[in-house]
Amino acid sequence: MSIAGTDGFADALADLDVTLVRTTEADAPGAIADLLRGDTVGVEPDCCSLPESVNTDPTWAEIETADTGVTPAALGVAEFGSVLVHETGRGEERASLHPRRHVAVLAASDLEPDLNAALPRIAEAASSTGSAVLTTGPSATADMGGLVVGAHGPETVAVVLVEDA
Amino acid sequence: MSERAREIRHVLETEGATVHENMIEDNAKRYEAFADVPEYGELKAEARAAKENAIERLPELVETVTEAVESRGGNVYVAEDAADANDYIADVVDGTVVKSKSMTTEELEVNDAIEAAGHDVWETDLGEFVVQLAEEKPSHLIGPAKHKSQEEIAELFASKFDLEDPPETVEELTAFARDFLGERIKEASVGMTGANFVAAETGTITLVTNEGNARKCVEATDTHIAVGGLEKLIPSVESLEPFLELLPRSGTGQDLTSYLSFFGPGKASPRDDDQEFHLVLVDNGRSELREDEDLREALYCIRCGACANTCANFQQVGGHAFGGETYTGGIAPPWEAAVHDLDAAGDANDLCTGCSRCVEACPVGIDIPWLNTAVRDRRNHTGESFDFLPDAISGEDGNPPTSSRVFGHVGLLARLGSQTAPVSNWLADAKPTRWLLERTVGIDARADLPTFTRETFTDWFESWGPQVSRADARRTAVVYPDVYTNYVRPERGKATVRVLEALGVRVRVPEAPESGRAPYSQGMLSTARKQAEATLDALAPHVADGFDVVTIEPSDLAMFRREYDRLLGEDADTLSAESYEVFEYVYGLLENGADSTALRAGDGDLSYHSHCQQRTLGLEDYTTEVLSRLGYETETSSVECCGMAGSFGYKADYYELSEAVGEDLAEQFDGAERVAASGTSCCEQLERFGFDADHPIELLAP
Repeated sequence: MSIAGTDGFADALADLDVTLVRTTEADAPGAIADLLRGDTVGVEPDCCSLPESVNTDPTWAEIETADTGVTPAALGVAEFGSVLVHETGRGEERASLHPRRHVAVLAASDLEPDLNAALPRIAEAASSTGSAVLTTGPSATADMGGLVVGAHGPETVAVVLVEDA
Repeated sequence: MSERAREIRHVLETEGATVHENMIEDNAKRYEAFADVPEYGELKAEARAAKENAIERLPELVETVTEAVESRGGNVYVAEDAADANDYIADVVDGTVVKSKSMTTEELEVNDAIEAAGHDVWETDLGEFVVQLAEEKPSHLIGPAKHKSQEEIAELFASKFDLEDPPETVEELTAFARDFLGERIKEASVGMTGANFVAAETGTITLVTNEGNARKCVEATDTHIAVGGLEKLIPSVESLEPFLELLPRSGTGQDLTSYLSFFGPGKASPRDDDQEFHLVLVDNGRSELREDEDLREALYCIRCGACANTCANFQQVGGHAFGGETYTGGIAPPWEAAVHDLDAAGDANDLCTGCSRCVEACPVGIDIPWLNTAVRDRRNHTGESFDFLPDAISGEDGNPPTSSRVFGHVGLLARLGSQTAPVSNWLADAKPTRWLLERTVGIDARADLPTFTRETFTDWFESWGPQVSRADARRTAVVYPDVYTNYVRPERGKATVRVLEALGVRVRVPEAPESGRAPYSQGMLSTARKQAEATLDALAPHVADGFDVVTIEPSDLAMFRREYDRLLGEDADTLSAESYEVFEYVYGLLENGADSTALRAGDGDLSYHSHCQQRTLGLEDYTTEVLSRLGYETETSSVECCGMAGSFGYKADYYELSEAVGEDLAEQFDGAERVAASGTSCCEQLERFGFDADHPIELLAP
């Protein structure tokens, strides 16, 4: 992904009120640690390590009560500021969904410019494991008589972009 | 007052204000969302072609998806009808069901079937949850509780739950519902979702959502049942692209929704047991709809709700008045007819005025007004007639209601009215007549009826004659004497002739029949077709002579350009291509060297309301541009339609609804010094609110 594409991604995330932190593989654990709030559960990404405070083998009850969930993002879509949560059997879906805060870790090489470029990879992910969710910003609802950010899913989202991965 | 009029008054009074606020906002969001998408037209064409292709290939896609799902350990069930689907689902369900939003499951009334089988079922979409608690039906395709305000939801929660400190703000209400439903999700064994799309090649369903409840329902339960209509099938995830660009913007005005879930069989999961996956594909009338040449395109609907948001009538009353048993808004009637019956289509069908604003709003370009006309024609052909009217004005159109027959033959009435004016006008204004008209024909006694003129436009032109010689003519044009210009508002016809002549056009005003617009809008297709044929016969020789056709009434131009293709096929192509809206024509003349100083110069402010069908044809800008060149400061209305819509505002059943729609326009023009509108109906509606409105061409005439 070009620098221009990365900037587009940053703009889209800013519009969504999603925090973006650009970092390197070496600095990633520290950068991620700064974004964690409260009790944290998570799934280890391929592109970097997680800080030690993250519980990577949580029980169901621990996931339910966690404040932050940190997961890998299988790909990003620069145009919309989206990241793909791909369930691989390690609990990415529940860790990204139940806690009130989601921190997604994305390798810059997995950033696609637009949906057209991303869809074949999403299709592949979805058919390989039956569950992939393209998430764009926090969950929201307008069903209670006004817009509320933070409905059933997370209320805040942060993206960590590992630029040398 | 009729039962229907009372029902509409009730909805206006109880739900109208909240619906109105939400719909105006959602409609505006759609315009904003597409404002920076220059490729909207292309995307729309792409999506349309993809749906046409998928519906064409439907049987093959059913085979493909069945194979794909089964090969990954899932189950596919193609249900013939609602009972069949419910039986299958009740059989699979083995405990509490948590559901995400799905109109198809509303159509099945699956909740009743699940409860009858002895299981609890919870709607977890917050809007659906509200509707479930209130024991109501969704009032909108994507916003089920758009008719409820925050205060009403707070009252509902307080009455349904025994709470010490009941939630009040939107944040508190959301948090309460999330926690309550979170517990239900934890207890549940089955997660039921809809499917916005079903990609056949991989058996992947796509859900377009914002709340995250669908993800939870699927993630936290042992069995995932996805329910979708057969029309949701598309070849592959890759073929989703135009839909994903269009659906969120059309529906909620978002560039993309928070979550696009791609779920299928054989889900990976940290859980101990494999999750069961069932895809229930519902036919329930869809195969028949696919074979229905007139209504087939209803299957292209992607359920964005834009046709409802953009509809002036829907904006006032919402889906509880503008809906059937399941579906709501402009797209409801063909769907109700297909999955329920023609009766279920009736209420929504009668609220479609054919304004055509939904044609522009629909992301797959469904000709929703046509679908409503076709459904109306079918309804006219059912039931018995107890009518006192002579056969001359019923003909082969079946048994439409009396009001439809009268309005469908407005040309005949106008001719009679004009021949007997002013006596006809005195009679029409007399109280006993009005009482009789309301009782027998359904014309509201409060409505101001048009005043017929003794000297028609064509009479006038006979003595006026063409003022530009053949040798001097820049162009030659026929001014089409539509029924309103001819019998009710000849001044705008005269102004058109004078304007065109001042710009060097040799003009003819031939006798010509009605375009067929009136019967078309009443669903009297047989009469509409006859009138269209006769109009084509009357105008074709002039077109063959090299004359352009200039129209004043936008709804008649829309007949020539849009509807004649339905009624006459390619025979109408030449007329369609050679017809112009009067300001479009004037603009073309000015652009090609005609001298604008030959027209009356303008000054000062002008409030202008463009006609709904004129805007759908993309013709509003010609009027504002010409007016601006002549020196006017023009303010335009942003309402979708004036609410009069030909005969609609005269009908006793809809008089108050029409008035409510008109109020939006009247508010925008409040305090306006000078008002103009292109449609006869629009002028009549503005006059109801005390404005003195004429066609803007009258401002230009020298």
